[in-house]
Amino acid sequence: MNSTDTLALLPLLLLAATAVVVMLGIAVKRSHALTATLTLIGLAASFLSVFAVAPLVPRQVTSLLLIDGYALFYLGLIIVSAAAVAVLSYQYFAKHDGQREELYLLLLLATLGCGVLVTSVHFASFLLGLEVLSISLYGMVAYFTGRGQALEAGIKYLILASASAAFLLFGMALIYAATGAMALSSVRALTLGGSSLALLLPGIALSVTGIGFKLGVVPFHLWTPDVYQGAPAPVAAFVATTSKTAVVALLFRYLAAAPQQSTAVFFLFSVIAVASMFAGNLLALRQDNVKRVLAYSSIAHFGYILVAFLAGSTMAAGAVAFYLVAYTVTILTAFGIVTVLSTSEGDADDLEDYRGLFWRRPVLASVFTAVLLSLAGIPATMGFVGKFYILASGANASAWPLIIVLVLTSVIGLFYYLRIVVTLFSAAPDRQFSMQRLEWGSAFVLVGLAVLLIWFGVYPAPLLNLIQATIGRLN
Amino acid sequence: MILILLIAILLLGGILAAISARWSAYLPRWISLAAIAVDLVLAARIWTGRSLSASMAWYDEVDWNWVPNFGIHFHLAVDGLSLLMLLLTFFLGLVAVLCSWTEIREKIGFFHFNLMWVLAGIVSVFLAVDLFLFYFAWELMLIPMYFLIVIWGHERRVYAATKFFLFTQCSGLLMLIAILALYFIHHQSTGIYTFEYSDLLGTTFSRGAELAIMLGFFVAFAVKLPVVPLHTWLPDAHTEAPTAGSVILAGLLLKTGGYGLLRFVIPLFPRAAHEFTPVALALGVIGIIYGAVTAFSQTDLKRLVAYTSVSHLGFVLLGIFSWNPLALQGAIMTMICHGLSTGALFVLVGGLQERIHTRDLDRMGGLWSVAPRLSASALFFSLASLGLPGLGDFVGEFLVLIGSYKVSVALTVFATLGILASTFYALRMMQRAFFGQNTNSWRLADLTPREGLIMTAMILGLLWLGFYPQPVLNTFAPAMDHLQREAQMPAAVLRRLP
Repeated sequence: MNSTDTLALLPLLLLAATAVVVMLGIAVKRSHALTATLTLIGLAASFLSVFAVAPLVPRQVTSLLLIDGYALFYLGLIIVSAAAVAVLSYQYFAKHDGQREELYLLLLLATLGCGVLVTSVHFASFLLGLEVLSISLYGMVAYFTGRGQALEAGIKYLILASASAAFLLFGMALIYAATGAMALSSVRALTLGGSSLALLLPGIALSVTGIGFKLGVVPFHLWTPDVYQGAPAPVAAFVATTSKTAVVALLFRYLAAAPQQSTAVFFLFSVIAVASMFAGNLLALRQDNVKRVLAYSSIAHFGYILVAFLAGSTMAAGAVAFYLVAYTVTILTAFGIVTVLSTSEGDADDLEDYRGLFWRRPVLASVFTAVLLSLAGIPATMGFVGKFYILASGANASAWPLIIVLVLTSVIGLFYYLRIVVTLFSAAPDRQFSMQRLEWGSAFVLVGLAVLLIWFGVYPAPLLNLIQATIGRLN
Repeated sequence: MILILLIAILLLGGILAAISARWSAYLPRWISLAAIAVDLVLAARIWTGRSLSASMAWYDEVDWNWVPNFGIHFHLAVDGLSLLMLLLTFFLGLVAVLCSWTEIREKIGFFHFNLMWVLAGIVSVFLAVDLFLFYFAWELMLIPMYFLIVIWGHERRVYAATKFFLFTQCSGLLMLIAILALYFIHHQSTGIYTFEYSDLLGTTFSRGAELAIMLGFFVAFAVKLPVVPLHTWLPDAHTEAPTAGSVILAGLLLKTGGYGLLRFVIPLFPRAAHEFTPVALALGVIGIIYGAVTAFSQTDLKRLVAYTSVSHLGFVLLGIFSWNPLALQGAIMTMICHGLSTGALFVLVGGLQERIHTRDLDRMGGLWSVAPRLSASALFFSLASLGLPGLGDFVGEFLVLIGSYKVSVALTVFATLGILASTFYALRMMQRAFFGQNTNSWRLADLTPREGLIMTAMILGLLWLGFYPQPVLNTFAPAMDHLQREAQMPAAVLRRLP
């Protein structure tokens, strides 16, 4: 490892350093504002270093990490979304007493874990990143030890994540036994080369369990609604966006082109995708809790992403990248609104909390409407362009059955999004919204995200160019 | 640039209307009225100033790069067909603003915002000649319409609005898949990624692919038109919408379906459309008869009018798929005149409901004695609806029937029965609501000057179209020639159907 290698790792190193600085800062003086500021400065520095590193790529740093355009794109996305979560957390925790500072520490570590995941090209770094992420998340999800729901969510996440990590580890062991390799590229080459299938297929299936758990796709989705509901709103946003983005990025590196070359893998992921699209959308229909609706809808959305993954046409990588950006922006905005409306008694997650919001807080409700329309894939939002891109990559690969399922299930999905929209706009003349003062930081984040949501929905070319430049060919 | 202006004025007018509601309840109304009037003048200027050399397809166009990565252009263009639709849109837009002048009392700013934005969406649909842009506008016009129904609608508004949204969204997504399939097939044969309408014309397909893609488009337009059996959202949405919403739904949104069939389905997929013609014609005739018979048995006045739309638009489908000049002229005339006559009937029903707070035919009766001007207007538009010669609807339906006669005698006979049935429902409506004894001793105000103005304008329009439809037909003619050339299927080639 020489100095250039170290430089290439700068984004990750800065994240780690910030975590240490924040920890020491807490030891010296406990201050919510100071901790949040330090966190944001660290994230900003790390984000800027992504651009500084850009001329060096692609660069393999040890056999564990690969810094290339692909990794940098997702690093940027992860860092920005973590920063948004940090700002929302400041708003959210400002009204809570007690020790709030450690959350930022955990947030930075979880972000570091995500960063390792998107750069990893080896089983060791894969597992390392995943565990750093998971262990930080246990603490974040159950951060309110006083709330029963939070503890339940934390324990559920802890047990299931540990179990799935064990499955993943066992799967890796089997793949190693079959191929004798631990670097993802050689594993992929050997896997598709058709070595001993008896060990390989179970190995892949078991590692898919680990990945599927993090993505929350059917049949590994059972934790999603409870964790979303129990976790503090900004943490739920992190679980929903940043951690899943990192795992999808890794999945693509690990298994790109595998569905096209192995019928068994294709079948496996097709079942997962179709089941996720149906289950997510159908189960969301009967929910009255906004956070649970978002949880079920995320199951469906990762089903959509898997469609692009399965189609595997030349457009797929770009489609997945765009969809992840769209999804991240949309979901961060959604949880941002939940955060803003929450009080110290609890999160604003009941559908009734939103009745008539438009007539009291028109801007907030309009932003939320844009979010819901984006999730439903209606034009002029990023969600539409993302869905269009996925459909295009599916059509390009002639994966008609999958995209027909996507279309049908997203019409089911439309139903529950509209239900929330109706609630936002229905008459509730005497209702008061118990909401705290909107911090300028979270106001800035919400407005910024909403502008992105519409801007890239109407004029996606700049983002498409960026994806094209970093991730690869579009057409 | 004028095309951008047409849309921008509506969008900005909508935003201004929403903001101005803070200061006055009347500002949003006047702003909307002014914005639409300006657009109407601009469109009329294109109409009077038009001159089309044979080589040019469009009177005016705007073509900007939008998403070059996918070959998507922001391409708007206007020809005779879209011009007629634009004029209808702005005229009915004025009617929609005027007829909600007193009906809408709450959330006035946001109401006019939605009204203007739905009009902007409709205008974009009529102007878009890039298929991606078309889909974009197609979906975008749904959302304000959804809000119009769900916020200002009647009792079962949430149900009706959701049903409307789900039907159109589902069929729209099928169209999106069809658009993508067309895009990739075109790329395979030419190596160019494009959503451009004029480039996609004449794409070569395998037979099965062409039929499948054509059906994807057809379903989307058939839901909007509506074609029986995809019509079930229509009676609910029309009935529950506020008056302005019903006027826009019946007068304009349904026409986007007919427009789509004319502009896209047949020219892009001539062979598949030709194969599909017998089914489409039969569906048209079924719609004509089903709509008329169902309208006859309604007791809700607004629902009755809604079902007459199903019947009238059956003529449009019949005319379009007959695909000869007479039938096409008939289809376009029917689309325009149906917009006027049915729009006027919805305005009248809305006015009645505002006065007597019911739409139930059984609770009406004898209204002529207390509101003669209102009742006389209703009689006029009922007669227009049943196809009285001298009024626009007659011209349209008659031309469709002559045209379809050349294609299928049997179906034309059945379609003519539909006209007969329309006499029954129209006269029944008049008898039950306006004639007879005023048994419920209704006392209501007659037409206000504002309503009188709407009615006069629409009556004059229908009379003009009935006696002198030539300007409309002349405007449509070059566009029609163009479409027919593109479809490479002049009337003579059409096989006579049994």
